[in-house]
Amino acid sequence: MPAVSMTVNGKAVTGDVEARTLLVQFLREHLRLTGTHVGCDTSQCGACVVHVDGIAAKSCTLLALQCEGAKVTTIEGLAEPNGPLHPMQEAFRENHGLQCGYCTPGMIMSALDIVRRHGNELDEHTIREQLDGNICRCTGYHNIVKAIAAGAKNMPKASTRQAAE
Amino acid sequence: MYNFTFHRPTTVRQAAGLLARNPEAKLLAGGHSLIPVMKQRLAQPSALIDLSLVEGLTGVEQKGRSIVIGAMTRHADAAISPVLQQALPGLAAVPAAVGDPQVRNRGTIGGSVANNDPNADYPAAVLGLGATIITNKRRIAADDFFTGMFSTALEDGEIITKISFSIAKKAAYEKFKHPASGFALVGVFVSKRGADIRVAVTGAGSNGVFRVKSFEEALKKRFAAKSLEGMTIPATGMNSDIHASAEYRAHLVSVLARRALAKATGG
Repeated sequence: MPAVSMTVNGKAVTGDVEARTLLVQFLREHLRLTGTHVGCDTSQCGACVVHVDGIAAKSCTLLALQCEGAKVTTIEGLAEPNGPLHPMQEAFRENHGLQCGYCTPGMIMSALDIVRRHGNELDEHTIREQLDGNICRCTGYHNIVKAIAAGAKNMPKASTRQAAE
Repeated sequence: MYNFTFHRPTTVRQAAGLLARNPEAKLLAGGHSLIPVMKQRLAQPSALIDLSLVEGLTGVEQKGRSIVIGAMTRHADAAISPVLQQALPGLAAVPAAVGDPQVRNRGTIGGSVANNDPNADYPAAVLGLGATIITNKRRIAADDFFTGMFSTALEDGEIITKISFSIAKKAAYEKFKHPASGFALVGVFVSKRGADIRVAVTGAGSNGVFRVKSFEEALKKRFAAKSLEGMTIPATGMNSDIHASAEYRAHLVSVLARRALAKATGG
């Protein structure tokens, strides 16, 4: 079996995987990082979004081997285990940006990518357009949009990528 | 997904060598068309040859009166390229309209064009600007490249390295986006470069992307939405599925062509 090595949440990891092992399987089943979810498994719902070298990607549509040598960040990597939440996580909590929570990790990882590309001041239209690749079946998006706007404001400027990596 | 062997060459020559040695191999670009198809077991390549480490396949450059885009340039990067936005904004709008943000972060122009999905966006721009597809072996004119649904003039062992677009004075793309998949239910690219007028349609035809000669003829007098007023195209040869009938797609072709013209002419 091919070996793969990458950095996940700042830690060097290696594993033996089949070539067909998806990144999300590697994260969940090999590394037991189950915060990244599989919703649709067809690249549409965004529950599996993680950052690969700082850029949001659907980990159900990437092979683990494509990430050889990459820096991967999952929802578990945003805050220290017992430390304060990341500002974007805190904003989702504050604004009740979730109900069942299934889509939330992907929403938050995508939200950070929106900040990376569009900055800290986000209007509602931009957020809604940019959430095109994330589906929530509970909330009607209203509080998610509010949470992302608030979280973006509370994030340090220009350090988005550091915060996410 | 069936299993396969995985290769990561660093040069086009190595990639071509791997293709020659693995007749059932597939090239992997962004993987956002190929991996979903493999997950459904609709494709079973013996090997995947990942092009992401191959040098010299990314970037957008202006070369004289042309824009040259490397085959592995991701949609998100092409969409915000200052060179492209300055020289040919109508083309920059195409990668910006693909799928969703995460798909645009991975998908590439070369992958989209080589796959020739009948609902993909880039084929409309490539045909609609009369682009040239440059491979490791030759140059292929867009008019000769797209040969039917999911099929192209690419031969075994041929790898797209870049695509060259002549800068058109007027160019625009309009799509009716399928709300779930992000694909074009119908998309129309229009352009005018001197006497060369093109109207290319994706999403509608059952043979993939095609040109609407009757519209192009009518636009020769005046390149404006008005020139197409009252014009329609027949529904024969249009796709029909759960998302839209052939008649509806034919209707969308003329509506979107007029909208694209209005955009291209600043109207």
